[in-house]
Amino acid sequence: MPELVKVHHPLIELTKVRIREFLRQGEALFWVFGFPILLTLALGIAFRNTGPEKVVVTVEDGAKNSADVFAALSASPDLKVNHLPADEAAHQLRIGKTTLLVQAGDNGAYIYRYDPTRPESRAARLAVDDALQRHRGRVDPAASRDEKVTEPGSRYVDFLLPGLLGLNMMGSSMWGLGFGLVDMRQKRLLKRLAATPMRRSHFLLSFMLSRLIFLVLELGIVLGFARLTFGVQMRGSWIALIVVSLFGSFCFTSVGLLVASRARTLEGVSGWMNLFMMPMWLLSGTFFSYSRFPDFTLPLIRVLPLTALNDALRSVISEGAGLANNNLELAVLAAWSVLCFIFALRLFRWQ
Amino acid sequence: MPAILCQSLIKKYGSLTAVNGLDLRVESGECFGLLGPNGAGKTTTVEILEGLTPPDGGTVELLGAQWSRGRDTEADRALQERLGIQLQETQFSEKMTVEETLCMFRSFFRHGHGVDETIARVSLEEKRHDRVGQLSGGQKQRLAVACALVNSPDLLFLDEPTTGLDPQARLNLWEVVAEFRKGGGTVLLTTHYMEEAERLCDRVAIMDHGQVIALGSPEELIASLGANQVIEFSVDGKLQQDAAAKLPGVHELIAREAGFLLTVEQTQVTLPALFAEIERQGLHLTALTTHRATLEDVFVKLTGRVLRDA
Repeated sequence: MPELVKVHHPLIELTKVRIREFLRQGEALFWVFGFPILLTLALGIAFRNTGPEKVVVTVEDGAKNSADVFAALSASPDLKVNHLPADEAAHQLRIGKTTLLVQAGDNGAYIYRYDPTRPESRAARLAVDDALQRHRGRVDPAASRDEKVTEPGSRYVDFLLPGLLGLNMMGSSMWGLGFGLVDMRQKRLLKRLAATPMRRSHFLLSFMLSRLIFLVLELGIVLGFARLTFGVQMRGSWIALIVVSLFGSFCFTSVGLLVASRARTLEGVSGWMNLFMMPMWLLSGTFFSYSRFPDFTLPLIRVLPLTALNDALRSVISEGAGLANNNLELAVLAAWSVLCFIFALRLFRWQ
Repeated sequence: MPAILCQSLIKKYGSLTAVNGLDLRVESGECFGLLGPNGAGKTTTVEILEGLTPPDGGTVELLGAQWSRGRDTEADRALQERLGIQLQETQFSEKMTVEETLCMFRSFFRHGHGVDETIARVSLEEKRHDRVGQLSGGQKQRLAVACALVNSPDLLFLDEPTTGLDPQARLNLWEVVAEFRKGGGTVLLTTHYMEEAERLCDRVAIMDHGQVIALGSPEELIASLGANQVIEFSVDGKLQQDAAAKLPGVHELIAREAGFLLTVEQTQVTLPALFAEIERQGLHLTALTTHRATLEDVFVKLTGRVLRDA
C-alpha cells in the first residue's frame, strides 16, 4: 500500500499535537491573546493622560471671610474648590472625596485639615498655601518657569504593558501545561503514553516547544496592539526581548510542570496554580511598582520569578536595556526553571 | 520460550491484596484469556505485566526480558517496542483526528506498520480525518487497538477491549484480533464476557481474589463440569437439596446466592423429574432456564457466585 502519511520525529509529532489541541480550543485562544489585549485596553483607557488632574479641596463655610478664601482659591488653575457647611465638609474629607479642608480663622490665619499620609493631600496643602499666601501679597524672591514633559515612555500604560506581558506569560504557560497534563492524567492517556517507548524528556519538551511558538505570536500581537492604540514604544532589541521571554516561558512551564506533577483533578491543580500565582499578581510589580512594599521584603520579592521577568521585560521594552543589564533577573529565572524541572521529573505521576 | 512467564506475583494496595501469588505461563502464538469478575485482579495483573505497575513480589518475564525497576531505561524501551498495549478506559484527545493520533503513537516506535496500513487493519479508513470526539464507542475502541498494533507488536495486551460495545462492534474487534493472530502474534486478553473468551482464547485462566482458580482451554474447563447442559432454577421456599441432587440424569447440584444450578446430561430427562420433585416438596418454581454449559457455570461452580455481577 502506498504510504500517504509521513511520520516525523516523536518530538515533532508531540509538539504538533500540543499546538493542534491548543488551536482547536477556542477559549484558550481568547485567554492567551484576547485577554491581555482587553486588559491593556481597559487599563490604558482608565489611566490615560488627560492633562494634569485638578486637586479637590474644600473650604469650610461659616467663618466670615470664607467667601474670600473660596474666591482666592478658585482663581488657581490647579485646584477644584468646593464651599460646604462644616459637617458636610468633614464628611467629604472622611470619605476621601476631598483632599484637604481649609478653615478661615478669625485672626486671619488659615487652618488646613488633611491626612498627611495621602500624597495628594500633601500636594494640595502646598498648592493651597501657595495660592493663599500669594493672594495675601507674598512676593516670590526668584522667578520660576515650568517646562512640561508628557512623552510616551513615562505614562502608566508604558509601565503596565511589560508587566501584562509577564503576567500573561506566567498564566498561559502554567494553565496551558497544568490543565493539559491533568486532563491527560485523568483520561489515562499519560499512562498509555508511559507504556510506549516514548522518551519522557520528549514529552515534557514538547510542552516547552509549543509554548515558544505561541510566545512569539503572543508578544507580536500584544506589543503590536499597544503600539497602535497607545503608541507604546519598544526601545530595546527584539533579540533581547525574545531571550528574556524564552527564559520566562521556560521558567513558568517548568513551574507548571511541578505544580501539575501529581495533581489528579482540575480543581486540585487550579488550587495549586492560584496559590503560586496570586501572590505574584500583587507583589511582582505588574500593576504598580513593588518598591511600595517595605524595604526588608524587597529581596524576597525580587527572587519571585514574575518579578524577575517583569523587571527584565520593563528594562528591555521601556529603557532599551540589553541582556547584560539583566543578568540577575535571567539568573533568577534560570534557577527556578532548573530546580522546578528536576523536582517535577522526580515527582511526576504518569497514572 | 514462553511469551509471558510470571511467578508468585503479589500486589497489595493498603490492606487489599489485589494479586495474591499469581503464576502464569503464556506460550508464544497463543491467545490467553484472563477471566474473572470486577475486582478479581485482572487489570492489576495486566498492568504489572505491561511494566506500568511495579509488583510487591514475584517475577515477570516477557519475551525473555524483564522490566528494570528504574523507569525509562533503554532496556525497557526495547521491550516496549515489542508490546502492543490497549488499556482499559484510555481516552484519546478528542480534538485530534484518528490519523493524527496514530501518527503520534507511530512516532514513538522505531519499527512497525505504516499509519495507513494500521487504519485499514481496523477498518477506520472513512473516519481517518474525523476527530476522536466524533467517533462511536466501537470506533474509539478500534482506534485504541490500532494504537496498540501500530508498532507491529509480538505480544498484544487487550484489557476488556469490548466492554460496553454493541454486538456488531464486538464482532469487528474479534476479527481484528483474529487477523493479528494469523501473523503469529501472542495475545493476552482480559474479559468478563464468556462468549468472548470461548470464541477467541486457546486457554483461559479464571481469576478470583487475585488468584488463578482454574486454568485450561475453554472446552476443558467446561468439560470439568462433568455434563454439558445446565438447568438454572429457583423456588419459593427451602429446597431439600439431597433429593434434588439424586434426580435422574443429574451430575451435580450447585447452590449459588440466588437459586440453584443442575449440571445434567440431558435436559429432557431431568426436567420432568425436577418438576415432580418440587411439587412433592410443596414448593413452586420462581425461575427456570436451561442452557448449554459455559465458562460462567464453571465460575459459579468454583465460587458459588455469578461471574458477571457488575
